[in-house]
Amino acid sequence: MEEILRVENLSKKYEDVDVLDGISLSVKKGEVVVIVGPSGCGKSTFLRCLNGLEDIRDGSVFLGDEKINPNKKNLSKTREKIGMVFQSYDLFPHKTILQNVTLAPIKVKKRKKAEVEEEALKLLDRVGLISKKDNYPRQLSGGQKQRVAIVRALIMHPEVLLFDEVTAALDPEMVREVLDVVLSLAKEGRTMLIVTHEMSFARAVADRVIFLDGGKIVEEGKPTDFFDNPKTDRLKKFLKTFSYEE
Amino acid sequence: MGFEVLLKGNNALRLLGGLGVAMYISMISVVISITLGIILGMLMTLKNPVINAVSRVYLEIVRIMPQMVLLFIVYFGATKILGLNLSAEVSAVIVFSFWGTAEMSDLVRGALTGIPAIQYESSMALGMNRLQTYIHVIIPQIVRRLIPLSINLITRMIKTTSLVMMIGIVEVLKVGQQIIEANRKSSPNAAFGIFATIFILYFLACYPISCLSKYLEKKWEN
Repeated sequence: MEEILRVENLSKKYEDVDVLDGISLSVKKGEVVVIVGPSGCGKSTFLRCLNGLEDIRDGSVFLGDEKINPNKKNLSKTREKIGMVFQSYDLFPHKTILQNVTLAPIKVKKRKKAEVEEEALKLLDRVGLISKKDNYPRQLSGGQKQRVAIVRALIMHPEVLLFDEVTAALDPEMVREVLDVVLSLAKEGRTMLIVTHEMSFARAVADRVIFLDGGKIVEEGKPTDFFDNPKTDRLKKFLKTFSYEE
Repeated sequence: MGFEVLLKGNNALRLLGGLGVAMYISMISVVISITLGIILGMLMTLKNPVINAVSRVYLEIVRIMPQMVLLFIVYFGATKILGLNLSAEVSAVIVFSFWGTAEMSDLVRGALTGIPAIQYESSMALGMNRLQTYIHVIIPQIVRRLIPLSINLITRMIKTTSLVMMIGIVEVLKVGQQIIEANRKSSPNAAFGIFATIFILYFLACYPISCLSKYLEKKWEN
């Protein structure tokens, strides 16, 4: 499989603290990489560096052959190719669900409104929300809003999708409906980088799991090796915090 | 009841003319306040220490000083000390704009800083550039927050024009007093009739604006 995203020696500092410290990573087309780690380990910052929401100090990020960070010039063009869904509900409150989804393709990609709306309705139908198309975000539950946010990213036809703890702010009973959508995207063969605290979901969706701690990749591997036979003590300790066994 | 004085001579027309003066002063002040308030409010979000210090003192002065004192300072004080020959109308517009700009800038600052950072980030993550983000996402949200609040400010400014008679402007309240004085013998109840009419006039001027604000607030509840 061809490589689609390459990160070389990525570093970032916040006031002298190394948030990211020399991270290198190569992601193949169609691969699903899940990133886990304790809070404050830099995993969200890492995702944000990938689409230029954060400046980096050292290293570089490539999408295909194109250097995308650091690169001030074509930032918006790059972001069209890298979709991102955030933790907080970030829909546009003054637009209906359908308008939320169609805004970027119409304004950024200059596609025809009728054609975009048709595709938007198909995608909304797929996540079970076609009946909400004329509602406003405030009328939706958290899980429904996140499914719309995923559709809004998908309609830009991104080459890579980034998910930044998309279920962390949700009520427990709504987590499933969102993760089901992400899982179905994985099965479709989409390239995705997912930051999450849901370990069983990570095991189900990932081709590869990465453990990030102190701004470094401490361990990585296939989900079965990663969760069943962790090698480093730090990962063993981290995984233990998710189980209640003695 | 005293309403009959309205029919004498051109009293009714004179009252309306007085309301016209009040509306004229407040509308000019509103336009100046909104324009300058938007500019100052945007400057205040830049977090420049000098701008912040100056605007804080300015806002505090406006909050503490009664509008009447400001009117006297500008009309009687500034004319003497600075040697400017300001008419009462110009003084009133200066004071009302000074006050309105302060309130408006604070509203604008609040609306701007109230937009969560994630709104900017998620727009940019969709490939929108800065201009597109402002036009399609940020400004519509700011306008929705701002319009009901600034309409409220407008009605308060219209009401407060009743103070300008203190510096000799013949607006609706002053006209009313003149009519009452002139008809003291023939219509001893004129005070009630005239002031009730003025009440209705102010109500007619402010109520539609207030309704518009309520309507917009409801419409943009999200």
